[in-house]
Amino acid sequence: MQTVYTDLLVVGAGLAGERAAVEAADAGFSAICLSLVPARRSHSSAAQGGMQASLGNSVMGEGDCPDVHFEDTVKGSDWGCDQEVARLFADAAPIEMRRLAHWGVPWNRVVPGKSIYFKGGKQFEKVEKEEKEGLIMARSFGGTAKWRTCYTSDGTGHAVMCTMDNRCAQMGVEVHDKTEAIALIHDGETCSGVVARCLRSGELRVYLAKAVMIASGGFGRIYPNTTNAVICDGGAHAMCVDTGVVPMGNMEAVQFHPTGIVPTDILVTEGCRGDGGTLLDVNEKRFMDIYEPEKAELASRDVVSRWMTHHMREGHGVKSPYGEHLWLDIRHLGEEHITGKLREVYEICTSFLGVNPIHQLIPVRPTQHYSMGGVRTNKDGAAYGLKGLFSAGEAACWDMHGFNRLGGNSLAETVVAGGIVGRKIAEYLKGCETIFQTALISDAVKRQQTRIDALVKCRNGSENVYRVRAAMHEALNKGANIFRTREGLDACVAALQEALVRAKNVGLRSDGKGVNPELAAALKLEGQVKLALMVAYGALMRTESRGSHNREDFPARNDRDWLTRTLAIWKSPDDTLPTLEYEPATTVVEIPPGDRGYGKSEIISADDKKE
Amino acid sequence: MSRLLKFNIFRYNPEDTLSTPHMEEFVLEETDAMTLFIALNRIREEQDPSLQFDFCCRAGICGSCGMVINGRPGLACHTKTKDLPGEITLLPLPVFKLVGDLSVDTGSWFREMYTRTESWIHTDKEFDPAALEERMDNKTAVGIYELERCVECGCCISACGTARLREDFLGAAALNRVARFLIDPRDQRTDADYYEIIGNDMGIFGCMGLLACEDVCPKHLPLQNQLGFLRRKMGITSLKRIFRK
Ligand SMILES: Cc1cc2nc3c(=O)[nH]c(=O)nc-3n(C[C@H](O)[C@H](O)[C@H](O)COP(=O)(O)OP(=O)(O)OC[C@H]3O[C@@H](n4cnc5c(N)ncnc54)[C@H](O)[C@@H]3O)c2cc1C
Ligand code: SF4
Ligand code: SF4
Ligand code: FES
Repeated sequence: MQTVYTDLLVVGAGLAGERAAVEAADAGFSAICLSLVPARRSHSSAAQGGMQASLGNSVMGEGDCPDVHFEDTVKGSDWGCDQEVARLFADAAPIEMRRLAHWGVPWNRVVPGKSIYFKGGKQFEKVEKEEKEGLIMARSFGGTAKWRTCYTSDGTGHAVMCTMDNRCAQMGVEVHDKTEAIALIHDGETCSGVVARCLRSGELRVYLAKAVMIASGGFGRIYPNTTNAVICDGGAHAMCVDTGVVPMGNMEAVQFHPTGIVPTDILVTEGCRGDGGTLLDVNEKRFMDIYEPEKAELASRDVVSRWMTHHMREGHGVKSPYGEHLWLDIRHLGEEHITGKLREVYEICTSFLGVNPIHQLIPVRPTQHYSMGGVRTNKDGAAYGLKGLFSAGEAACWDMHGFNRLGGNSLAETVVAGGIVGRKIAEYLKGCETIFQTALISDAVKRQQTRIDALVKCRNGSENVYRVRAAMHEALNKGANIFRTREGLDACVAALQEALVRAKNVGLRSDGKGVNPELAAALKLEGQVKLALMVAYGALMRTESRGSHNREDFPARNDRDWLTRTLAIWKSPDDTLPTLEYEPATTVVEIPPGDRGYGKSEIISADDKKE
Repeated sequence: MSRLLKFNIFRYNPEDTLSTPHMEEFVLEETDAMTLFIALNRIREEQDPSLQFDFCCRAGICGSCGMVINGRPGLACHTKTKDLPGEITLLPLPVFKLVGDLSVDTGSWFREMYTRTESWIHTDKEFDPAALEERMDNKTAVGIYELERCVECGCCISACGTARLREDFLGAAALNRVARFLIDPRDQRTDADYYEIIGNDMGIFGCMGLLACEDVCPKHLPLQNQLGFLRRKMGITSLKRIFRK
């Protein structure tokens, strides 16, 4: 079997992974990124809208600075984030955007003079300043006080991903694509690499490294309706869970995006609303301005998704063969804007819906979008539980998003955290000497080979992998969705526990030879169900509503009892539930918990705590 | 009654010594708003779990799902079955190495292309974290982005007569990549530097100008213009080189 050695092994070649690898390479270390697909196909490239940084170049962004960005981020998180981390992030974001410009990102730039823009369906005028000509432009996004979202038309993720991957090529960072990490190699204390499966030949391969980084993106595919790519399946999270010592943070915090199109759940960017698009109901009437007079369509995602669901429950949804939905209206933005700054949206609507958004309404509904939870790390990006293991990007719970992430803050996080954590990894590598224990390695490989043989030979049973996956999907969809209750979550946990038993009994129908996609699905299924249980069980235990976690039976945000982060660990393979522990949401408090200024504001104050 | 669709799908698993290349037939009932993404996944989940194909974003943005659909290279996730006849033939993209069934290895091909075109900004300027960003005209920025929209699906390469004949031909995607850096004011390479990369039969002079590439590009990149632009530019560069000698 092939064994590959490197200083830093990154599981994931999206923006976070590649950014960190560049940092390590810059410091003189060798770095390899693994990826299921060629790097540029990583889900980072699907991001359309843009990334936040308080450059303050646009006239609508005047007066913006890291302090305002920090405040928006903390409010957006519903005070669930680590404020020290949010501060690191807000301060570094402008520098990272400029660095990206230096590396080659074609950011849209300030064009001086008069132009019109839309807000809430109405037209306004603004005048961009001469002296800012040619600096990086920004657009408006939800939950922000200023126009702060840097963009390249509506292909921001794609453009930044191209530049980052170019940078990797230039720096000699290797990307081993079509390679899937399936298990961590560790001794319970230190992580020393992964066992991977080659998706060109189906063979197992060992990667040994002084530092391993998980940058595998989100795990939205544990839900049936999601904006996420099919590769956002949580396989890399599952291998961390499998160690029994690496905790996942805040798994119950799952973001639902207001504008997934019906029926395919492909995302149309928040930029639509940022640029002045409105949400309409069955009577083609606006409603967000009734619920949120101040921010309307531009409240944070958790809030908008909740009101949309509420409005549909009140009987104002549009009936369709795929269930109810609402409308997104961008017609008033006009042809030039829609085919220019919102071209991807135009293409998605025309190719997948047969709808022309210049003249027609777009059918939308809230759909799973972002995983705030993930591998819990400290502010340096070091994972809890194992030395030498790091994480950044959507895969991590670094935790600047708390219980709700603001649009544009994730793409920015990938490069900011990738940079910070990459530098910390370089420091770690400088002081690091490792001995790779051969017995440990061969054990890890043997375990995976045994699993594969058992699946191919149906040794544990012949459950159908796709049916078990569908059972998991259904359970989460029903019980751990936008609105949550004790009954719903109880049922969800029970259904998932049943799915877990079935997942252990999966057997393949095909021969498992070569790359075999059925085997790939089967290898990660049990881990996915465990992740789903972390989501559902964490949500069941958290008896409050915060950000995207909304309990109908506990509507208040309870700062008295729940200013905490959930840590979920799967201690023993035989457990049927994760073990939950809690830590304070933040140890540094720059902004004490208060009202967000949007969303409902029932709050049980932290001051009510009985000493 | 909805249609019964007949799929003829290319099958071959190079990792299985018993496998030989052949076509296999699957029948599936068409549903509303069905795309090839939905259809192929259903075939895999309900009929043959070993069927190999690539999808990632399923939204036409990542370029994973290039294949030959009834004779024409295109993105499968983008393709609605209602726009196709009842009999659908699916083949893997030619030129690229076959991984299995409909799945090909575009990653290695494009990685080699980055190396050959040195697909990054060449500059001797250092980044200064304390300074403002360098200014750029918005029109230039938009122009660069226009060319950067390539999703590396490989359709243009597969449709290209020259690429099918000569393995080392750079192809439209690569030439477009060069054009992207050529118009970027941050890149300090000269025309003569670019000539070294594409001023030969493997590059711009190998192109026969039949424009199959632009016809199939799912992102509607202006490949024709770029090829013309490079041909003129490199033609002039070549003349200058002759006169200098
Ligand atoms: C449709 C959409 C639009 C979005 N728009 C915006 C936006 O406008 N602004 C914004 O801020 N955010 C946006 N987001 C969120 C943002 O794009 C993502 O959170 C972010 O790009 C994640 O980047 P990442 O580097 O963490 O992971 P990704 O880019 O998802 O990369 C993950 C990498 O891990 C690899 N991988 C996964 N599992 C394994 C494994 N087991 N073995 C080996 N490799 C593996 C993958 O191949 C991939 O290379 C959007 C998200 C979606 C879904
Ligand atoms: S125009 Fe040139 S690059 Fe395009 S298909 Fe024809 S030969 Fe190939
Ligand atoms: S130029 Fe067009 S067809 Fe060619 S790889 Fe890029 S997107 Fe695909
Ligand atoms: S799956 Fe991404 S383009 Fe088709």
